[in-house]
Amino acid sequence: MAKAKTDVERCKACGLCMHNCKKGALTMTDHINSRGYKTILLDEETCIGCGICYTVCPDGVFEIVE
Amino acid sequence: MAKTKKIPNLCNYAMFCAGCGHGVLVRLICECLEELGQEKNVIAAIGVGCSCHLKSGINCDLVQSPHGRAAAVATGIRRAEPDKIVFTYQGDGDAYNIGLAETLNAAYRNENICVFTVNNGNFGMTGGQMAWTTMPGQKTATSPRGRNIELTGIPIKIPELVSYSFKPAYVARGAVTTPAEIKRLKGYIMNAFQAQMNKEGYSLVEVMSTCPTNWGMDPIVAQKRLIEDVIPYYELGEFKKRGE
Ligand SMILES: Cc1ncc(C[n+]2csc(CCOP(=O)(O)OP(=O)(O)O)c2C)c(N)n1
Ligand code: SF4
Repeated sequence: MAKAKTDVERCKACGLCMHNCKKGALTMTDHINSRGYKTILLDEETCIGCGICYTVCPDGVFEIVE
Repeated sequence: MAKTKKIPNLCNYAMFCAGCGHGVLVRLICECLEELGQEKNVIAAIGVGCSCHLKSGINCDLVQSPHGRAAAVATGIRRAEPDKIVFTYQGDGDAYNIGLAETLNAAYRNENICVFTVNNGNFGMTGGQMAWTTMPGQKTATSPRGRNIELTGIPIKIPELVSYSFKPAYVARGAVTTPAEIKRLKGYIMNAFQAQMNKEGYSLVEVMSTCPTNWGMDPIVAQKRLIEDVIPYYELGEFKKRGE
């Protein structure tokens, strides 16, 4: 089944993915990436690979993989 | 079920603020160019403003235009390189204020170029000054009591002006808001590039976007404002369809 895969080094913690994810598979963490931004965390179990996060993310954090 | 999705090779990490709509637009442009097999055959003319960050966001040949002059620069590129895909990437302040003459003259001549403008209702890079696209009553750095339209005119609608007054190939206004709206916007961008490849002439796609930093809003609150307060004034859709 398709799932999202994240590259949190690109994340700027805007929260648009969390806001749009219908499954609630994304949460914000306190982890700070190398650019100084907080990052999101994906729960792979909950993710259905619908690709909404890929569509709305301005920073290319997501890919959808099989 | 769902298809796999990969960030286009043409697309790099771009230096926009968190939640800024520019980033999605850059990715959509890259996706369209790759799907059309044109990723190695493209030159962009960039405006001045946050649109300059296209330099970090895309791996293609670029010309940095003087402020507002991207449509004139693109015209020059078109004359020198008849078979390249040529597009401009500009903000509303760049294309509709400072560069109003160049934007309208290129549309008037039906130059075979694509013009992409990001309408975020202010001059983003310089700190959120009032633009011709600023909403009535909206507070900005240069309209601290709210925009007075009696004094400064009403928010400008260039896609409507261009489609009703001239003979362009394709004109649309999309938005970086919901997933459905983003998919529609990709269709508009695709049409613009295809019109150019068929040598149909000028296309303009205006993109309604947030500027969370200068609106002083969280990205999600900024999207709510865009959908509820701004887009009702700036109607979305195709104003000039191809072949009409
Ligand atoms: C000739 C000239 N005048 C003024 C400026 C200052 N300036 C830089 S960016 C900018 C505004 C850009 O606004 P907009 O096109 O709306 O783009 P945004 O940053 O909102 O994406 C201005 C006025 C300049 N660089 N050159
Ligand atoms: S200032 Fe506004 S338009 Fe510029 S990158 Fe930041 S959010 Fe985007």
